[in-house]
Amino acid sequence: MLTIFIKELNSYFSSLVAYITIVIFLTAMGLFLWIFPDTSILDYGYAGLDSLFNIAPYLFMFLIPAITMRSLAEEKKEGTFELLATKPLTDWQIVLGKYLAALALVIIAILPTVIYYYTVYHLGAVEGNVDAGAVIGSYIGLILLGAAYVAIGVFCSSITKNQIIAFAIAVFLSFFAFSGFDAISQLLALQKIDDVIINLGINHHYQAISRGVLDTRDLLYFLSLITVFLVLTKTILGGRKW
Amino acid sequence: MSVKVSGLYKVYGAQKAVNGISFEALPGRVLGFLGPNGAGKSTTMKILTGYLPQTAGNASVCGFDVNTHTLDAKKHIGYLPESNPLYPEMYVKEFLAFISDIHQIKNPKTRIQEVIQLTGLGPEQHKKIGQLSKGYKQRVGLAQAIIHDPQVLILDEPTSGLDPNQLIEIRKLIKDLGKTKTVILSTHIMQEVEAVCDDVIIINKGEIVAHYRLETLLQKYHTQNIEPIFVALTKEN
Repeated sequence: MLTIFIKELNSYFSSLVAYITIVIFLTAMGLFLWIFPDTSILDYGYAGLDSLFNIAPYLFMFLIPAITMRSLAEEKKEGTFELLATKPLTDWQIVLGKYLAALALVIIAILPTVIYYYTVYHLGAVEGNVDAGAVIGSYIGLILLGAAYVAIGVFCSSITKNQIIAFAIAVFLSFFAFSGFDAISQLLALQKIDDVIINLGINHHYQAISRGVLDTRDLLYFLSLITVFLVLTKTILGGRKW
Repeated sequence: MSVKVSGLYKVYGAQKAVNGISFEALPGRVLGFLGPNGAGKSTTMKILTGYLPQTAGNASVCGFDVNTHTLDAKKHIGYLPESNPLYPEMYVKEFLAFISDIHQIKNPKTRIQEVIQLTGLGPEQHKKIGQLSKGYKQRVGLAQAIIHDPQVLILDEPTSGLDPNQLIEIRKLIKDLGKTKTVILSTHIMQEVEAVCDDVIIINKGEIVAHYRLETLLQKYHTQNIEPIFVALTKEN
């Protein structure tokens, strides 16, 4: 598994994928947090990183599928999956190696934003007047959210040979998983079970963790979501039907 | 018994790709797998290498069943798929290092140099795979198949795309490897069978229509070449 992980991470960094993703993420974040007045921390007037954690899920919705779209689709298209599958590797090692490599790239992209925390920490009217617990919680939430999106993305890459299709489906599924359930719960006919439906969406759990309260229910939600998509991926690969 | 196949079936939907074939391949011999396109050669090889599951029947490699002891079986197989899939963005040595890492080879550097020598990749070893000509890509495919010194080599059309000089070298390499290992190779070139193989299996529409030693086959049909035999056994009626 480690072999696949290193090979994948290498291929992200030897192609432009890694650099472009990281640069776009950080540039967009920088613009939203410091330049665009609607979301700017400076205009907001409070020393907090709320905008970062509100915008990141939407940026990830596009960036993460762009990272994961080729991971399995290309192996299938080029036939190199046959090469991997006939080596002494299990399908799980292939799937997990690829999954963790993409996740590692996402975490590497998130890391530099810690500098914003440092900035905001010093910007506070009383220096250090930041809700550190909420920030740490939000970072954990963001990484879990990224991990869920990566699982969705890798799954979408496994169902097709076409990277564009993998990308499009992954964006849609990520968007739906994040905020689709909230929207559905507002349907009049579903008023009675709206709590249940909201609970199915990522947003509800992401917000809960962002408050700095790490509840096992939320953690369990993310872990199950990731597991479901990885098991689906493995099942589809095991079928060898393409 | 290095490779043992008994009553193997593979059904795709309504189509029978492999229809109950049985055979054995022995160490120290090269087995030629012949048949028209779509006869089931590649499918059989894919089942042997653990890539596709069979519909019924058994296949084992070095005593390991390919379904129940997949990983053990795969460790003993070197496989060159028909399409020779490679990662074009990787360097030749990087790719071979990746494969030896999967096989957990000790002293990968020396082993990589050895297979580069064996397959004649020397002059092109510093290039990216995507920059290589077809013949050299084929050598990289062969190099990754033999890098872990497997007891069983399964080569699906290993000489396609090679020029006549390369053809001679690679055939010699396969013949040398066949002295100690079990080699199963498929090909459409009849002269190649005559030059390299010890045993011949002709397969048609998923069934074995001939399985003999090369000399026996030629004697039986009173001919010097395999081509007329092949045509007689596999032509459409």
